[in-house]
Amino acid sequence: MLPINKHEGIVIPLDRANVDTDAIIPKQFLKSIKKSGFGPNLFDEWRYLDHGEPGINPKSRELNPDFILNKHNYRDGTILLARENFGCGSSREHAPWALLDFGIRVILAPSFADIFYGNCFKNGILPIQISEELTDLFFKKALSEIGFSLIIDLEKQLIIADDEKYDFKVDEFKKHCLIKGLDDIGLTLEHGKAIKGFENHYYKQYPWLTK
Amino acid sequence: MALTLYEKIFNRHVVREDNGTYLIYIDRHLVHEVTSPQAFEGLRIADREIWRTNSILAVPDHNVPTTDREKGILDPISKIQIDTLDDNCKKNKLMQFQMDDIRQGIVHVIGPEQGSTLPGMTIVCGDSHTSTHGAFGALAVGIGTSEVEHVLATQCLILKKFKTMLINVNGTLGDHISAKDIALHIIGKIGTAGGTGHAIEFSGSAIKSLSMEGRMTLCNMAIEAGSRSGLVGVDDKTINYLESKPFSPLGENWKKAVADWENLVSDKDAKFDKTIDIDASSIEPQVTWGTSPEMVCSVNDKIPDPLQEKNLSNQKGYQGALDYMGLKKGTSIKDIKLDKIFIGSCTNSRIEDLRKAADIVKSKTIAANIKQALVVPGSGLVKNQAEKEGLDKIFINAGFEWRDPGCSMCLAMNADRLEPYERCASTSNRNFEGRQGQGGRTHLVSPEMAAAAAIHGRFVDIRRDS
Repeated sequence: MLPINKHEGIVIPLDRANVDTDAIIPKQFLKSIKKSGFGPNLFDEWRYLDHGEPGINPKSRELNPDFILNKHNYRDGTILLARENFGCGSSREHAPWALLDFGIRVILAPSFADIFYGNCFKNGILPIQISEELTDLFFKKALSEIGFSLIIDLEKQLIIADDEKYDFKVDEFKKHCLIKGLDDIGLTLEHGKAIKGFENHYYKQYPWLTK
Repeated sequence: MALTLYEKIFNRHVVREDNGTYLIYIDRHLVHEVTSPQAFEGLRIADREIWRTNSILAVPDHNVPTTDREKGILDPISKIQIDTLDDNCKKNKLMQFQMDDIRQGIVHVIGPEQGSTLPGMTIVCGDSHTSTHGAFGALAVGIGTSEVEHVLATQCLILKKFKTMLINVNGTLGDHISAKDIALHIIGKIGTAGGTGHAIEFSGSAIKSLSMEGRMTLCNMAIEAGSRSGLVGVDDKTINYLESKPFSPLGENWKKAVADWENLVSDKDAKFDKTIDIDASSIEPQVTWGTSPEMVCSVNDKIPDPLQEKNLSNQKGYQGALDYMGLKKGTSIKDIKLDKIFIGSCTNSRIEDLRKAADIVKSKTIAANIKQALVVPGSGLVKNQAEKEGLDKIFINAGFEWRDPGCSMCLAMNADRLEPYERCASTSNRNFEGRQGQGGRTHLVSPEMAAAAAIHGRFVDIRRDS
């Protein structure tokens, strides 16, 4: 997994609440059996004016000039800013894969849907929950200042904007894995003996579950 | 100490704890073709083994065609995904119900149908609607593909404890009011993020009165309220449903299991982080009008005015939703004309759903403005049962198409979809933009409401105009 510790990037203000994973990556692209290559179809139905299908060259398609990712000032952004309940809907991990493939490393929003939030950490994306007030402030700045960018310091749990610093919360274990780029399967397998021990006693107590 | 049902199940699966982060043992792992290929590949690359192959039940459902199965899968990309599932199951000796197996169907229909979902279990699937299985007093959560790989390799999931929410629905439901109406009514009340971070237990006399099918519909929709896990305590209905299902325990084991399951209810004095009370008699037939399940009202209401919303972000969201849906504030729900009808999905494709819908359309014909009306049973066995009861004939005579089982037009990964601007009364779970096809407009309703909408070509109050 791509580690993340200190990250500086331009903020993309996506002024919508309840952005669902169907919008992040529409279903026709879920047919891929790979983890990569979803970036060109991130927010496909909002980003293009024509209908997208797997295999169509994105360069041949007509972009929606009104969509924020297509605007000149935000094209190179790596920090996505959105409204509440970001990532609701399906559990598809294709959503963080598409965001990462596009180049998004940090998402700022007042709230996230649970499954999506967890999926981000497994893929080198840091979702940060910020207050409604801070969300409003960042939207204002990102929409009015060209190239408005932030520095995210995961180690110190700080968002740094010009001279201001805002702290944020993150689970210690998730933070550790993200900074080191650790695969948590390897970590869990270190407890293989504990899992085996659990099974021995568990199946004695609940013998009907052995099937 | 008095415990909630959630805590009881959680506690018996703790392998270890580290500072509030738990390693939780998983009993059942359901697998489908869309969220599993990258997980199997991850295992292969890291040269890891599957921890417990007999915990897994796999089935293709999202991509499968619902007509002309004998021709195979025409979409070459869908075919690769389904072939990949076949390969992964074969190589790893996993139980799979392939497309031509009568037991094939939507993963959240076949699990309970087979008795593969049992009370007290921890159940995962790379699918958010895994919450469905909580209807049996199981802790069932949807996971992403990385977690699918984690469970394949370790039989465990890394979890924090959820908060707990109790939703009491007491009183008597009106005629024709179903679990779907309860679910939509709750989501309208608490919002699509209302249950975020919580396990929701549904309780009260109206929940007790629901069949297992109804409880599954309700728990299925818990995720649309933001909750990864919906739960209903075990009672006689749960146990009767599971008796003599193919995967259910037998003989001595059945007796032991039943004795254990009877304790799988929240203790009387258990404390929940949040409690919500709902009066069942106040629930009317629900219809969503927007692009989020929380944008919902009674069939007798009018489309709300976005400007009445206090929150500015909601105001924008409501207006955007109306623009997308091609609707105007103040329009009566009953004046909304429909193009297509979809009866199916992991929410509403079980035998009881089909019986209720068939009852409405019996000896009637779909309205002239309905271009297509689909019934997609949740599994081959549901389809078989429905045909034994003659339901297929009722639907076909009314002008419906009678299809083969799969997710179908709930998410339109196969050929079943809405064309741009087509408006659909759908028994599925999500009315997101483009969910049923790019530009398609979805109204979520119960099976009876969808059936009545097919006959009238618009929404009607089934209590009066069925």
